[in-house]
Amino acid sequence: MKQLLQLKVNGEEYEVFAEPWKTLVEVLREELGITAAKESCNTGNCGACTVLLDGKAVKGCLVLASQARGHDVMTLEGLSNGDGLHPIQQAFIDHFAVQCGFCTSGMILSAKALLDENKDPTEDDVRKAIAGNLCRCTGYKKIVEAILVAAEAMKQEA
Amino acid sequence: MLRFEVLHPHDLADAFDMLTQHEGEAKIIAGGQGLMPVLKHRQLTPRQLVNIRNLSDLDYIVDGKDGLRIGALTTHQAVENSAIIKKRWPVLAEMEARLGDIQTRNWGTLVGNVCQASPTGDPAPVLLALGACLKVASNRGERLIALDDFFLDYQKTALKGVEIALEIQVPKQPARSGAAYHKESYRWTDSPIASVAAAVTLDERDRVKGARIFMQAVCPAPIRARQAEDLLAGQQVNNGLLDQVAQATAGVACPISDVYGTAEYKMEMVKVITRQVVSQAIKQAQAA
Repeated sequence: MKQLLQLKVNGEEYEVFAEPWKTLVEVLREELGITAAKESCNTGNCGACTVLLDGKAVKGCLVLASQARGHDVMTLEGLSNGDGLHPIQQAFIDHFAVQCGFCTSGMILSAKALLDENKDPTEDDVRKAIAGNLCRCTGYKKIVEAILVAAEAMKQEA
Repeated sequence: MLRFEVLHPHDLADAFDMLTQHEGEAKIIAGGQGLMPVLKHRQLTPRQLVNIRNLSDLDYIVDGKDGLRIGALTTHQAVENSAIIKKRWPVLAEMEARLGDIQTRNWGTLVGNVCQASPTGDPAPVLLALGACLKVASNRGERLIALDDFFLDYQKTALKGVEIALEIQVPKQPARSGAAYHKESYRWTDSPIASVAAAVTLDERDRVKGARIFMQAVCPAPIRARQAEDLLAGQQVNNGLLDQVAQATAGVACPISDVYGTAEYKMEMVKVITRQVVSQAIKQAQAA
């Protein structure tokens, strides 16, 4: 019952056979071996499966893989250009925004979607942007700090 | 995960044919933000999904002389951020800004939310208060359904299995009109524990010419507070009347006790929110 599916992930074209009921996060992880997006609650509550579709954050567990056809999918693997860490990743390390790490890839992509649209976010903007990403370790404070610092770093880089 | 086939129509005519061929077994998926969790919990078990998310031509917001039209594939995020909606239909933009997290709003659609008919869907009471209609079609033609006649019971609507909802239509509001929506929720963007929408039109002496009040999350389907509307008719609103209106609105609510709150608590919240939204709608109408 597997069907051929074309997906563009992190700039690369893939052709993959997958069952029609598979979600985007399942196909990324199980068929393509791209595992930064995590499958956790699987009902759209936790945001660990967050990926970007055409630059916008979506839940990989609530999008059918076949619905992503024709869209640019970005996972955390596609964030850095290969020469070093993206400023958001660096800020997460510098500001201890990672504890167990399970929410981190989703958090960073939600932060990227925000900072691509809003160069100068307030703390409130940041908290709203990550409202769909649950973290059970940090209490969010370090994550919010890291994103605000990354915003500054990205402004100076630009 | 439930197993199903996913059909990808090339255009609407194709989609109508698929739905007719698989009548009773196929469901439409657009953004699927309401449908996917329902499928995962096997509350619905369709054999086929007809994916209309990638069809073109159904993603638009048009504010014309007769009113507002929003296409079936317009996302919550697009409605929330539309300059014309923020300016001319602020109640819709404000409602959308609190509908789920950003991920949900980026992929989910307003019309899909209405069709999903979740008892905690935010758009329904607002659109009902504004007197909206849904344009639906099948390969036998189009029809308009007033939202007043659309929500039948818990997750049951007047949409037939072979039909696709094409757009929501909100009629131009009369002069001196205002509308407001508020919900009680744990976090700012969570689903409502109780919510109320009110649309009010005033005459030149600030007496209420027309009012529509709808509740959500406190009944199996959105419910109208007709007695409360009747109390407002022809009156200049004061605190005493607001109390009566709040009381009458809560009088038709039928909440259940659950993890989010007891029935008594939700009833009290309906009163608080009713006062708030009716006063806000009146202020807006006075300023209009």
